[in-house]
Amino acid sequence: MATDPTPRQLVVVGGGMVARRLVDALRSRDTDGRWAVTLLCEEPRAPYDRVALTSYFTGRDPEDLALGGQELWDDPLVTLRRGVAATAVDRTEQTVTTSDGRTLPYDSLVLATGSYAAVLPVPGKELRGAFVYRTIDDVADLRTYVEQLRTELGRPLRGAVVGGGLLGLEAAGALTALEVGTTVVEFASRLMPLQVDDGGGEALRRLIEALGVTVRTGTATSKIAGRLGRVSSMEFADGDRLDVDVVVFAVGVRPRDELARESGLAVGERGGVVVDDTCATADPAVWAVGEVACIGGRTLGLVAPGYTMAEIVADRLLGGEGTFPGADLSTKLKLLGVDVASFGDAFATEPGSLEVVISDPVAGVYKKLVMSDDARTLRGGILVGDASAYAALRPMVGRELGGDPAAYLLPEGAAPAPTADLPEDATVCSCNNVTAGAIRCSVTDRGCTDLTGVKACTRAGTSCGSCLPLVKRLVTTELEKSGVTVSNALCEHFELSRAQLFDVVRVQGLTTFSEIIARHGLGRGCDICKPVIGSVLASLGTGHILEGERATLQDTNDHVMANLQKDGSYSVVPRIPGGEITPEGLIVIGEVAKDFGLYTKITGGQRIDLFGARIEQLPRIWKRLVDAGFESGHAYGKSLRTVKSCVGSTWCRYGVQDSVGLAIALELRYRGLRSPHKIKLGVSGCARECAEARGKDVGVIATDNGWNVYVGGNGGFTPRHAQLLAEDLDTETLVRTIDRFLMYYVRTADRLQRTAVWVEDHEGGLEAIRAVVLEDSLGIGADLDEAMAGHVEGYEDEWAAALDDPEKLLRFGSFVNAPDQPDDTLAYVSERGQARPATESERSGGGVLIAGTTLEVRR
Amino acid sequence: MSIETTAATDLGVRWHEICSLKSLSRERGAAALVAGRQVALFRTFDDRVYAVQQLDPFSGANVMSRGIVGTRGDVPTVASPMYKQVFDLRTGSCLDPVGKEPHSLQTFPVHVVDDVVSVGLPGGQGAG
Repeated sequence: MATDPTPRQLVVVGGGMVARRLVDALRSRDTDGRWAVTLLCEEPRAPYDRVALTSYFTGRDPEDLALGGQELWDDPLVTLRRGVAATAVDRTEQTVTTSDGRTLPYDSLVLATGSYAAVLPVPGKELRGAFVYRTIDDVADLRTYVEQLRTELGRPLRGAVVGGGLLGLEAAGALTALEVGTTVVEFASRLMPLQVDDGGGEALRRLIEALGVTVRTGTATSKIAGRLGRVSSMEFADGDRLDVDVVVFAVGVRPRDELARESGLAVGERGGVVVDDTCATADPAVWAVGEVACIGGRTLGLVAPGYTMAEIVADRLLGGEGTFPGADLSTKLKLLGVDVASFGDAFATEPGSLEVVISDPVAGVYKKLVMSDDARTLRGGILVGDASAYAALRPMVGRELGGDPAAYLLPEGAAPAPTADLPEDATVCSCNNVTAGAIRCSVTDRGCTDLTGVKACTRAGTSCGSCLPLVKRLVTTELEKSGVTVSNALCEHFELSRAQLFDVVRVQGLTTFSEIIARHGLGRGCDICKPVIGSVLASLGTGHILEGERATLQDTNDHVMANLQKDGSYSVVPRIPGGEITPEGLIVIGEVAKDFGLYTKITGGQRIDLFGARIEQLPRIWKRLVDAGFESGHAYGKSLRTVKSCVGSTWCRYGVQDSVGLAIALELRYRGLRSPHKIKLGVSGCARECAEARGKDVGVIATDNGWNVYVGGNGGFTPRHAQLLAEDLDTETLVRTIDRFLMYYVRTADRLQRTAVWVEDHEGGLEAIRAVVLEDSLGIGADLDEAMAGHVEGYEDEWAAALDDPEKLLRFGSFVNAPDQPDDTLAYVSERGQARPATESERSGGGVLIAGTTLEVRR
Repeated sequence: MSIETTAATDLGVRWHEICSLKSLSRERGAAALVAGRQVALFRTFDDRVYAVQQLDPFSGANVMSRGIVGTRGDVPTVASPMYKQVFDLRTGSCLDPVGKEPHSLQTFPVHVVDDVVSVGLPGGQGAG
């Protein structure tokens, strides 16, 4: 535990994914604080997920690409310098000079500067409208250019991507997402020449052309021609030309090795800082990792080997002995929605290899396994169109497959899952270098009992996620082997999960807790299962939440239909649909607050919260509100809270649709809907998104043609942006889509699972949910519609109903033997003109207390 | 108002009549003022009545009667409505402190005679 009083200085030059991994790995292992790290990050932002760059076009924000949490940058031993590049290295003095003019001493220096995007040396490459594809800024510039030019020209744009490799197809996906008519120009005779063979390339071409992208292979670009200083066409070596408005170069990358060159370190023939298999340069104080490192005579452009190098250097800095095991160049990608995977000896370069090929142009699938000459050992493979077998096959490279190799190429579901035989040392997660053995061990020896635990414990599946299906199967197999039934039990009283309970209650038509627990549970329930059953019964429209035995199931908030505060008083929130309220309504709320001495605050959901109400005051407060036309806002329930809106086209200069009108309609439709967790909606009247709808479980954003709907957003502890579910819907389709989404969520989510996690955990993710909601893939659409119609028809205001029922009002007595007597321990002081609970010292000090809510001026 | 009974184990206990049994809902709590002191009464599924302090030791608020009543194994329990700590209704001991230092609840003896619920306070507590 002895902490080195003066940690040694590590300077990392570069702020990419590998640099982050290095810092992360070092900080998690260097428990004694032996190293202090400074990261020089030329881009103005912390390291982000460059691999997912294209998703920036499909609605994600730059922040969504952030890697991991902020904690790493809050570590006192880590200094992140954003927007600061290294300009020189003095190896004799062991210092780095930075672009902001400082000199940093180092004990060790790691070069993680990555690559430049290469630009083809053709005339016209500097014209406006010619881009590369490497950073968030490149991508943002491309988007801005395309959007502005389209507005200016008033016609659809045409674009070309030079380069048909991995990056080129990514860029083509980006252009397509921007609705630019796209041509991919590749010099080689096929697409992705480094990853797939001619058969795979041909399958890929067919799949991509089917998406409306034109593909020209075997074509050399000779010139970019311009008009008025911007790109207008391109010319090819064969004399052809193509009119284009935008060109993206994706012809590979060049290592950014100039710091090494200038400081006299050796660089490789084709660039890159020469390092040995420990990632060390000839200077023992200088290391290189990631794309800038020339290891084993070449540079590697994939993130997985970069991560391995980062781990090795972290290990070596702490005295370890790690060496680079050789790069696994396996890749699995989804490009333009097409699965492509390539692994092991994909091109059958080893002598005596056999190839097993399934090519189905109709289904758009090409699959090849490269086997040893006895057809037993897997050497590699290529999968195009359906890469579902990748996770199972890649760890088997170099091992006997067992059985007919062709069986592995059959469509998903038909293939056997070879996980049981997976050897201990087979790498399952190549991003984080986690073996099958480590995953099994996390279950057997380290007590992990679910996928989440295993991910946290081993980091398997936490980077690209492509191995998760395999990790999940391994975990399940191991748990079952050790006799653990994979439990999704709600609590000690119910073996069933919330979703299973929902189904049995719905199918069997059960309406009381006693029946449900007698048939499906044990004991008399608890604070976990009772509110769940209360919520399930409420979702199924079985009547008032306080009716008979159902009242015993409710948490105190639902039980008194108000929100418990820290001192035992409650807050009251009347519904203000869409945040629209009349002056008369505001006056009523103001008068009620004044008469009962309540503290008032505007909520984030565009309504007004009244605090400091005592339990016995609630019926009298609500009588006033209900008489004035207000109803319960369900702020206390796991249910619809609010539908937030901007002012929309009615008033706003920019609004394109009536967002307030829609928000009110949606709030009135879904009010009172009980759900696994609270649900919030938002409606914005234009793309400026003033209602922050993408921070909601369901967000609606107006377009010129209708509404875009986003799902799975939330604020809170783990903020999430909602993802696009469907575009340009008319209002009727929009409402049906939201109906189905919400009802499907209500039926199938776990207890307290918000929509974001539900979408993520749903088998097949958002795609599968989209299929259920929009294409009725499960055939339950009519059922969901009917359930929502039942909810809408059956809605009644809980507070109005309670006020009409003397039985229910009995629960609001402060004491069973003195129902109107206030709790005399409640004490308030005045702050900024309103009451707030007194602190402990104010109570004991005495004298500062005011009457607050104990003084009731009038009824 | 109050009837005092003295049992062998209840030496020094003063009994206070509070309410009728039927004014307590099954599997739900109710607050009561017992000689000016706040007490939480719970009527469980089997019609037993338990009394514990109304003050939630974890939050300092008088809210215990508003918690959810249930069972842990065979033990009748209440969960604090504030931070969800679970207590044994019979002994007041804390069964799940939810990661905090455990505090238990003071319990009080209860008699139900002819539908009348009475709570006993230790001698010297309450005015009687």
